[in-house]
Amino acid sequence: MNTSAEPMTASPLVSVGSGESRTSKAKDKVKMSAEDVKVFYGNAQAINGIHLDIYENEVLAFIGPSGCGKSTFLRCLNRMNDTIDICRVEGKITLDKNDIYAPDRDVVLLRAQVGIVFQKPNPFPKSIYENIAYGPRLHGLARRKAELDDIVESSLRRAGLWDEVKDRLDQPGTGLSGGQQQRLCIARTVAVSPDVILMDEPCSALDPIATAKVEQLIDELSESYTIVMVTHNMQQAARVADRTAFFHLGDLVEVDSTDQIFTNPKDQRTHDYITGRFG
Amino acid sequence: MSNLALIATLLLIMAMAYHLGLTRSRAVAAEQDVRMHSRPGYYGALVALWCGLPAFGLFLLWSFLAPQLIEMLVTQQLPTELVASMSDRELTTMLRRISAVAEGRNVAGGATPEELLAANHMARLQTFELYSLVAVMAVMAVGGLVYARRHISPQWRARNHVERVITWALAASSAVAVFTTVGIVLSMLGEALKFFSFISPAEFFLGTTWNPRFSTSGADAQGEFGLLPLLWGTMMVSIIALLVAIPVGLMTAIYMAEYAPPWLRNVAKPIIEVLAGIPTIVYGFFALIVIGPFLSNLGDMIGINIRTTSALTAGLVMGIMIIPFVSSLSDDIITQVPKSLRDGALGLGATKSETIRQVVLPAALPGIVGAFLLAASRAIGETMIVVLAAGNNPVLHGNPFEAVSTITVTIVNQLTGDMDFASPQSLVAFALGLTLFVITLGLNVIALIVVRKYRQQYE
Repeated sequence: MNTSAEPMTASPLVSVGSGESRTSKAKDKVKMSAEDVKVFYGNAQAINGIHLDIYENEVLAFIGPSGCGKSTFLRCLNRMNDTIDICRVEGKITLDKNDIYAPDRDVVLLRAQVGIVFQKPNPFPKSIYENIAYGPRLHGLARRKAELDDIVESSLRRAGLWDEVKDRLDQPGTGLSGGQQQRLCIARTVAVSPDVILMDEPCSALDPIATAKVEQLIDELSESYTIVMVTHNMQQAARVADRTAFFHLGDLVEVDSTDQIFTNPKDQRTHDYITGRFG
Repeated sequence: MSNLALIATLLLIMAMAYHLGLTRSRAVAAEQDVRMHSRPGYYGALVALWCGLPAFGLFLLWSFLAPQLIEMLVTQQLPTELVASMSDRELTTMLRRISAVAEGRNVAGGATPEELLAANHMARLQTFELYSLVAVMAVMAVGGLVYARRHISPQWRARNHVERVITWALAASSAVAVFTTVGIVLSMLGEALKFFSFISPAEFFLGTTWNPRFSTSGADAQGEFGLLPLLWGTMMVSIIALLVAIPVGLMTAIYMAEYAPPWLRNVAKPIIEVLAGIPTIVYGFFALIVIGPFLSNLGDMIGINIRTTSALTAGLVMGIMIIPFVSSLSDDIITQVPKSLRDGALGLGATKSETIRQVVLPAALPGIVGAFLLAASRAIGETMIVVLAAGNNPVLHGNPFEAVSTITVTIVNQLTGDMDFASPQSLVAFALGLTLFVITLGLNVIALIVVRKYRQQYE
């Protein structure tokens, strides 16, 4: 709710390892869980059997070289991969202990529970207001106009965008700057009150200042949401994530507290990657 | 034939000039032991252009002016009292006969002594004209070649010059299209103005009766030239056509772009596009022989009187004809909507059809409206189907089951058979054509404005 910067994330250029304080949050309730998840594109296997628990209200970062399957795995978590014809998912993924790939599972409702923010900001070619109101309307979250107005305002406030756009809610969302667009997309996702927010490299199309804002936002959102993000930027993972998972060639090599991954990795490949030996 | 030989020779000389320029530039480079500004090919090309272009320009100008000059000279040489006794049209006919005789062909009724004399004179003039043309062209070609070849030096920026010639050539080509359009519009405008000297514009644009009579019944037996019945007929048929084509075409496009599996898309899309390739005359007799009687029988069954040839028959078939316009244009536009937008909606928990209705179609709307307007102007200008199937009944009425007539049909009617371009009966075709042109132009302009105003930047 509060748009003022918390002291911890005020500086965007926190050095590796300062994620320490974040790990102190008590997080033990499993929100989502993956068991032996395998993904195939046609005959090519992209992910080879991943086991991973995601805890409630944590920020979990996926890092790894390009093509290691981290985005693919992320998109399995709300079944966005269903939109790709040749993609096939095996194994079991649960949300609050319910299988999300169960045949009777309503994928549309799942995506309302597990929202996603994409790499490139993709506001709809509608007004700022309509961009936010789209999800709540879809799911009938507001009975009256006033309720919808409230949802729009609180979502924009959460995304730290309210003060910048409150006077031009009727203008097209595509007219905002890149960083504002991305925060608009986050607000749009927040507006349907999901439990989990997936972020697929949310800052890779943004400049450093916009990136800092989005990172601060992620930190604030983690109070109320479980956040899973893919990032190419290891500093970013170090800055915002409670835990970090390292993917390599379709395997989940190592997952641990961010501090542990960046200071004392157990696997040689993780060590090589974070020290810049490859990737 | 001699012109063709002339141009062929010129091309041959240009090829030689190219070679000369090429070798010369190499020689200069070797002599002065420097790097030339451009590669040898550019010097060759520039020498060839210097050799060919002025000569060709002269050739065009000459071919345009010389025949007129010769005709003038021949006319002057004819006995003055003979010329004075003839009307303009008779003089033109006579000049045509003379030039035929000059080319050694026979003319109807044999040539008169005056014509023979004049033909002799003309033939001599033509021979002289040809020789002088060849001579002047040769001088210009060789002069240009020599001048350009001498000019070759390391500092001469042949590459940039060639670039400029290319720019001009491209601009000239586009000018051809532009001037043709302007020319057509102007000539239509001129003839239409002539028509409006017979019939006042108010009478034409606001008249509710169309009864032009025949031009042979004399100028005083002028008919009534009211545009409104024709305009209304055109609108009625086009609206029926769009009512058929827009829903079917748009839904086809959505299915093909969003739902159809690739194999079906690959098979079905070309088949739909074949619809656009069927000649309209085939649609016309299809309407006349199949659809018309079918509708008529259907009407009998449910107790409505539907004519075999009616606005409904023509509109229905025309609608089928323009389905592929709507569907394939809309399909392209829907496919262009970026996947990220779809993902955004799906990621918020929208179903596929919600995504399409609420995000994809609004994003694609400007383009789709453009497609509709293009289809509309196609429907308004369509001729063959309505000639056969609309029934040619230029009466103002609102019943789609009755026969109507359209602007295009009327143009066909007014321009078939005996024509006299001094009578309003024929000239009205130009006024109608101009009206049609303005309508379609208006639609296209609106389409452009719509597309521009609502165009979304996806990047």
